[in-house]
Amino acid sequence: MNRYQQIKLAKQIGKWALIAVIMVYAIFPFYYAVITSLKPSSELFQVDYWLSSVDFSNYAQIFAQKSFVQAIGNSILVAVSVVAIALLLGITASYALGRVRFRGRTTVMLTILGVSMFPQVAVLSGLFEVIRSLNLYNNPGGLILSYTIFTLPFTVWVLTTFMRQLPLELEEAAIMDGATPWVTITRVFLPLMWPAMATTGLLAFIAAWNEFLFALTFTLTDSQRTVPVAIALISGGSQHELPWGPIMAASVTVTVPLVILVMIFQRRIVSGLTAGAVKG
Amino acid sequence: MSTSATDSAPQPGRTSKAGYRGTKVRRQRVRAAWLFLAPMLVALALVAGWPLLRTFYLSLTDASLSDTAGAAFIGIENYLVFDDGAWYGLLTDPVWWQSVWNTLYFSVVSVSLEVVFGIIVALLLNAEFKGRMLVRAAVLIPWAIPTIVSAKMWAWMLNDQFGIINHLLMTLGLIDAPLAWTADADLSMWAVIMVDVWKTIPFVALLVLAALQMLPKDCYEAAEVDGIHPVKVFFRVTLPLITPALLVAVIFRLLDALRVFDVIYVLTSNSTNTMTMSIYARQQLVEFQDVGYGSAASTMLFLIIALAVVIYLYLGRRQLGVDE
Repeated sequence: MNRYQQIKLAKQIGKWALIAVIMVYAIFPFYYAVITSLKPSSELFQVDYWLSSVDFSNYAQIFAQKSFVQAIGNSILVAVSVVAIALLLGITASYALGRVRFRGRTTVMLTILGVSMFPQVAVLSGLFEVIRSLNLYNNPGGLILSYTIFTLPFTVWVLTTFMRQLPLELEEAAIMDGATPWVTITRVFLPLMWPAMATTGLLAFIAAWNEFLFALTFTLTDSQRTVPVAIALISGGSQHELPWGPIMAASVTVTVPLVILVMIFQRRIVSGLTAGAVKG
Repeated sequence: MSTSATDSAPQPGRTSKAGYRGTKVRRQRVRAAWLFLAPMLVALALVAGWPLLRTFYLSLTDASLSDTAGAAFIGIENYLVFDDGAWYGLLTDPVWWQSVWNTLYFSVVSVSLEVVFGIIVALLLNAEFKGRMLVRAAVLIPWAIPTIVSAKMWAWMLNDQFGIINHLLMTLGLIDAPLAWTADADLSMWAVIMVDVWKTIPFVALLVLAALQMLPKDCYEAAEVDGIHPVKVFFRVTLPLITPALLVAVIFRLLDALRVFDVIYVLTSNSTNTMTMSIYARQQLVEFQDVGYGSAASTMLFLIIALAVVIYLYLGRRQLGVDE
């Protein structure tokens, strides 16, 4: 083997070593959570890198708790409603912002961008009042309302990017045929927007599913909580008695659907994220 | 020549009619645009505009959580007040300043690390190799995991007695005794940064990767022909070209880091060693029920972030594509 080949081989080994390190780094914490969740409580406190036996008692334990099952139901209800509302309001708004030139458009775009950069805690006390006056405190309705603050700007922003990329000829043809803007949206653009709507809808779903601060603050009783709060509030007698087995089982339960969704829609999510950020 | 002359020479009646129809359609479209925007603007006003104004107002009152309607206006006393020979208020609270410092420290360190590692991961994913899609999918996993879950997972791995990290470090002989990662004052900030970096590398890497894939190939071919060292190519060619995308990633991450709440709340609770502005504000608002004082803290955080946003929008209008 000559020197050139040696260098080439070393580079190959280096590259694959780096790939291996990144893979382990990315996957290991989740893998370890899965392993922990499948251990019986007696083996929990010895560190293992592999799974020796499979035990579903942690899962049985969390699903036997009514409040955890209710929390999953609340999370699904809240996330689905938030996605539906954000897409409904987002598609019409994105038509206006993406296809029509009018005075004040830049101001509206900047306002939306500004709202998406709000620190959530800055609206906490004001939103608390609004939710209480609408009688939505300790109710999934209050969460659906409050999540609008971060899903709507994002949805509008990404859908506007996609809306702009649609060919001008389509719309001109529709106008020539005398179609009103509403007909243009529903009959001409909507069929073409489904991929973009699926992407933004999925990202909005993930954001709503993961939200913690509002869910922690605007709910009070176990039956009204969402899963992130339910997991955060699982507690034992003291710091050292935390029931790590059930906590990991609950964590894996709420994460697996997301990981599967993300793997299936991987390409779309990447394009959605970059459309939302890079192209604006 | 003659055909173009007839095309460009308009017949008087046709132009005015077309022009009239043009403006009518235009006006109809502009009206429809505002109509379509209205529901979204109303929704945003209800959940963002009005609550924000109320927060500003409440920061000037002595409101408590149980009674915000009957709060008395007290001016800037929540921020700063001179009473009985001493200064009081948010701006004199050492815990507040500690949380400001913690937030800035956390933001700068974690965003810097995320950018460096994000670029490395992106460069790797940009190279051709077998199973690239599989690696890209794996890299996305931390991003897909809810923050609260990643915080819990890491809390378990960082557990002082039974955590795998301590076990690993002790097996490797790097430490003699288990470390209390989330409780120790010197370590807890690093534990928090470690989790945040793990979770958000994919986001930065994806944005950088998108930029890398749009780069012109011929530059690199030319550089290779000239035998320029790849490291030099990276710093002279790649880095300047991906800077716009990098700036976008940095500002998005920086704004997220400045308002960080959940990962720190779950890992270290209300410990002052890692308390951020968001955690401080929420603690005052909800746990101490002091809406006036908590709103003052929220307002300060809002002003800091708003300043960052304004500077960014001013510098980056073009890149965000709002001006066309």
